[in-house]
Amino acid sequence: MPATTTTFEALSLAIIKGFLRDRAAVFFALIFPLMFLVLFGGIFDDQARSKVDLVQVGDVSLVDDLPEDSREAFDDTFDVTRSDDLDAALEDVRKGDADVAIEMQGDTLVAHYTQTDQVGAAITQGTLRAFVDGANIAMTGSPPTYTLETEPVEDDSLTTIQFVTPGLLGWAVAMSAAFGAAATIQGWRQSKLLRRLQLAPVSTRTVVGARVTVAIGIAFVQMAIFLGLGAGAFGLQLSGSWWMSIPLLVVGTLCFMAVGLLAGAITTTTEGAVNAANFMVLPMAFLSGSFFPLDAAPAWLRTVSNVLPLKHLNEGMLDVMVRGQGPGSALLPVAILAGFALVVSLVAARLFRWETA
Amino acid sequence: MAAIEVDGLVKRYGDLRAVDGVSLEVAEGEFVGILGPNGAGKTTTLEMIEGLREPDEGSVRVLGEAVWPRNPRLLPRMGVQLQASAFFERLTAREQIRTFASLYSVPLAAADEWLERVGLVEKADTRVEDLSGGQAQRLSIACALVHDPEVVFLDEPTAALDPQARRNLWDLLAGLNDSGRTVVLTTHYMDEAEVLCDRVAIMDAGRILEVDSPAALVRGLDAPARVTVGPGQVSLDEARAIDGVDDAAESVDGVVLTTRSPAAVLTRLAEQDRLDGVQIRTATLEDVFLDLTGREYRA
Repeated sequence: MPATTTTFEALSLAIIKGFLRDRAAVFFALIFPLMFLVLFGGIFDDQARSKVDLVQVGDVSLVDDLPEDSREAFDDTFDVTRSDDLDAALEDVRKGDADVAIEMQGDTLVAHYTQTDQVGAAITQGTLRAFVDGANIAMTGSPPTYTLETEPVEDDSLTTIQFVTPGLLGWAVAMSAAFGAAATIQGWRQSKLLRRLQLAPVSTRTVVGARVTVAIGIAFVQMAIFLGLGAGAFGLQLSGSWWMSIPLLVVGTLCFMAVGLLAGAITTTTEGAVNAANFMVLPMAFLSGSFFPLDAAPAWLRTVSNVLPLKHLNEGMLDVMVRGQGPGSALLPVAILAGFALVVSLVAARLFRWETA
Repeated sequence: MAAIEVDGLVKRYGDLRAVDGVSLEVAEGEFVGILGPNGAGKTTTLEMIEGLREPDEGSVRVLGEAVWPRNPRLLPRMGVQLQASAFFERLTAREQIRTFASLYSVPLAAADEWLERVGLVEKADTRVEDLSGGQAQRLSIACALVHDPEVVFLDEPTAALDPQARRNLWDLLAGLNDSGRTVVLTTHYMDEAEVLCDRVAIMDAGRILEVDSPAALVRGLDAPARVTVGPGQVSLDEARAIDGVDDAAESVDGVVLTTRSPAAVLTRLAEQDRLDGVQIRTATLEDVFLDLTGREYRA
């Protein structure tokens, strides 16, 4: 143990200990976002629809006699159960226990389906028709003239985890930076620690620097855990300039600390400040594509999302982490986030009051 | 040289003159109390002297230096304890005072030493949130003193403490100016000011009404002492006949004699062997306050 520690070290250490001993803060910074990662990454692992439950009634030569490779494709789409009782099979379909029941009537393949799931029904019909067509062509003995091959534009390995990790990480960093700053400004104001520090021979720069350093450190720990778990457990694969997410996270942390300061400035209690921060960050996370991609959102919503800093953090992270964009693609988001950080900080500073009354 | 020179301080909040022309001089090594009820303007005055607030009018010099705007040269020479417990959250007592030691670039050993001096060694590993009110105040005072400042400001160090804890703290506070340190504290406890302070500034409604030693303040009041003798010791007429007795009255405890020369009266009573159950109550700061403000003291 050294005889003295520098002011900066001592402050940083005090803040880190205060954070690590605050179970709620640790939970919301680390555990809570990880729950979402596991949820999205684990449960919705396969972006494809779950298989269609198909009941095969009696012998269906078309299916039974499929060549090896076609049979494999068939099993990829359908989960086949066999039955000899047509009425029971129809009842299963009606109740939703099965999606479709098929039987052969002479040379006709009859598919009984329910219309409650129209998309599923359309897929089922289309797929069955394709198999019937294929079987017809095979019967002619001549090779097909045209073939179709489909290929996604992204890397073959692109799964849900690729999409959700950058967005969820952006949300996690935004949340802990905003909550942390809001709780600190309120807690320190109420305990008069801010006043006390004003009367200690320590500069504002050192105090703010220590607090920001700790917040950025927390963001890096979040990043390490997210990427580690994503890569280790869910097959996350980062593209070349993923390291540009580091400057993105740094300015993102600054930006959302400013949001937290604003929340702290407009409220009078710690609970109020954290609630206000939550009120600003959670809807923003939804509108910024942290939980689901914005591609399907209406145009006006995508326009609105452009005024939200989290949108730019998420987009920047997606670009460099999984979309394979070059390092330069992060520069604009970094600049935008820095701009937000500056403006929101200035507003918060203007609204800040020393006294809570 | 005066350690603290305060001249004509005024602080307005809207129409309210929270501090209304306060002047005060504190000598080096002196222990001065600012005494007054809640809302008298004590804390605002102290915060202007510490350099936390800008006065609307007037000036403050501490150790010969201006305190406003924030004067980094002065800060290491001043120790402050604010009204609330200004602690870093969730740190233990030892971590807390060591952090403050580092803020003042003082060896950590000094922090441990102060922990011992305020009797918190056993609580060193207890988080500040789990300390009792008295322990938290002692830690807070230790944090104010860890860098051995020349001037110390304590804002109501014993507020919200039970009488026992309050008296424990007095022992600690009483020794603070032994080594020539200057101490200024605010309090709304008369007995505290009387016990601890070399001089007391009595404050009400933003003004300092009188500054003097507690004894001089009481003397200046020229209030009569009240000597009570036990029941059956003396009759009302006999009591009134004693030289120096201004008046006498019956009470449940016996006969109460009002006098301005209690020594002479007690001698007479002793000669007559009538001292059983005797009680003497002289004027206190409370009477001084009542006399100065013309109203009940409302702590």
